[in-house]
Amino acid sequence: MAQHQVNYLKDGGLPVALTTIDKVVNWGRSNSIWALTYGLACCGIEMMASGASRYDFDRFGTIFRASPRQAELMIVAGTLTKKHAEFIRRLYDQMTEPKWVISMGSCANTGGMFNTYATVQGVDRVIPVDLYLPGCAPRPETLQYAVMMLQQKIRKEPASRAQKPKRLM
Amino acid sequence: MRAYTPKDNVQKKSYYTDRFWVAPQVAKSAVSDDAVFAADLDAIKAKFDVLDAYIQVDQMVVVIHANDNYAVLELLKNEREYTQLSEMSAIDWLATEGKFEIFYQMLSMAKRKRVRIKCKIDEKEAIQSVEKLFRCADWSEREMYDMFGVVVNNHPFMKRILMPDDWEGFPLRKTYPLQGDEFAAWYEVDKIFGKEAREIIGPENRDPARIDRYDTKRFARLGHEVPFGTDISQGEPDTPLVYQEQKGVFMVDKFDTQKSVVISDRHR
Ligand code: SF4
Repeated sequence: MAQHQVNYLKDGGLPVALTTIDKVVNWGRSNSIWALTYGLACCGIEMMASGASRYDFDRFGTIFRASPRQAELMIVAGTLTKKHAEFIRRLYDQMTEPKWVISMGSCANTGGMFNTYATVQGVDRVIPVDLYLPGCAPRPETLQYAVMMLQQKIRKEPASRAQKPKRLM
Repeated sequence: MRAYTPKDNVQKKSYYTDRFWVAPQVAKSAVSDDAVFAADLDAIKAKFDVLDAYIQVDQMVVVIHANDNYAVLELLKNEREYTQLSEMSAIDWLATEGKFEIFYQMLSMAKRKRVRIKCKIDEKEAIQSVEKLFRCADWSEREMYDMFGVVVNNHPFMKRILMPDDWEGFPLRKTYPLQGDEFAAWYEVDKIFGKEAREIIGPENRDPARIDRYDTKRFARLGHEVPFGTDISQGEPDTPLVYQEQKGVFMVDKFDTQKSVVISDRHR
């Protein structure tokens, strides 16, 4: 120790950090939110823009996955039609716990301007939603803010495996 | 349909009364005005009954009997050079006449002319498929069945195309409500959770102007977010925009403007 003049007790010297398991797990979870690619309509374009280089979702650890098995966040970006409702439920059920949902844009929140027979009036009729994101379409910054809000939410939750699974009913 | 009122000076009026634009009828002219169309019409008349024929917006419209539809289109395609079916569908006249109008929009690239063949059928009547003549009629006829309930005979795959297979009702009929009937309103709930879930999930909110100032279960006021279901009738606290928790985040650095550098020379 004396030879190399390294003070292990100084910050950054010792390669060990002391913390609680909860904190470590939540740090891991909140900084590696893998999102399911779920662009349903025009909002999907903004979601893609958020993932691309200018807005760069990767720096939050948010990477789009094409399989629900590898995803823990579902960003419902766009208009959900009644024909598609059963598939969104099936994909949601295929995601592994813990999982979160961001409802992006007016259409996903309430049906938006499509006040018609063929549109589900809000995805929360089919799957439980964690964050509603207003706008038509929300800008990529808004979606990033939503992801950061979600990170805060995840850090607040207990990380234990006995997490209460979210159910709509 | 509402009567047409002149709209020349609508800009000067303080309010606008017609809810929808009502298109004025375009003037019709006789088919004999155009030599190409006249020859086509004579060819049709030689073999089939023509109920009405005129030229409107440079296109010939020919009204025929519904059971002649395949033969007339075959004649136009094989002998009169109308080689393309650019569009076909139905129009709902059930309220006024008790009939559907089926139209076939034909295009001749060689003659640079368009012809529209029209015929009328009763509500329960079926029409002959023209899919054997024009492949594009395959999906158009399926859409016609999906949206109007017009059954097409001899179609290879008579099935809904846009709506789900188990859908009830035909959405483009004038009698179909825009916001859906009872079946449509509960479609996704019935299908995913079952009918007994209707009470738990509740009816759709179809009033886009509905605002409940104190509802904290659906939306929070931006900058005044409170936990789900809090009573805010006595006022709610301000919540400033925060990107991270106040004390910072475990193993995540906060951006410090003091430590940042502005690069003025991009080639440095
Ligand atoms: S909210 Fe607007 S931008 Fe988003 S899917 Fe609906 S119509 Fe498109």
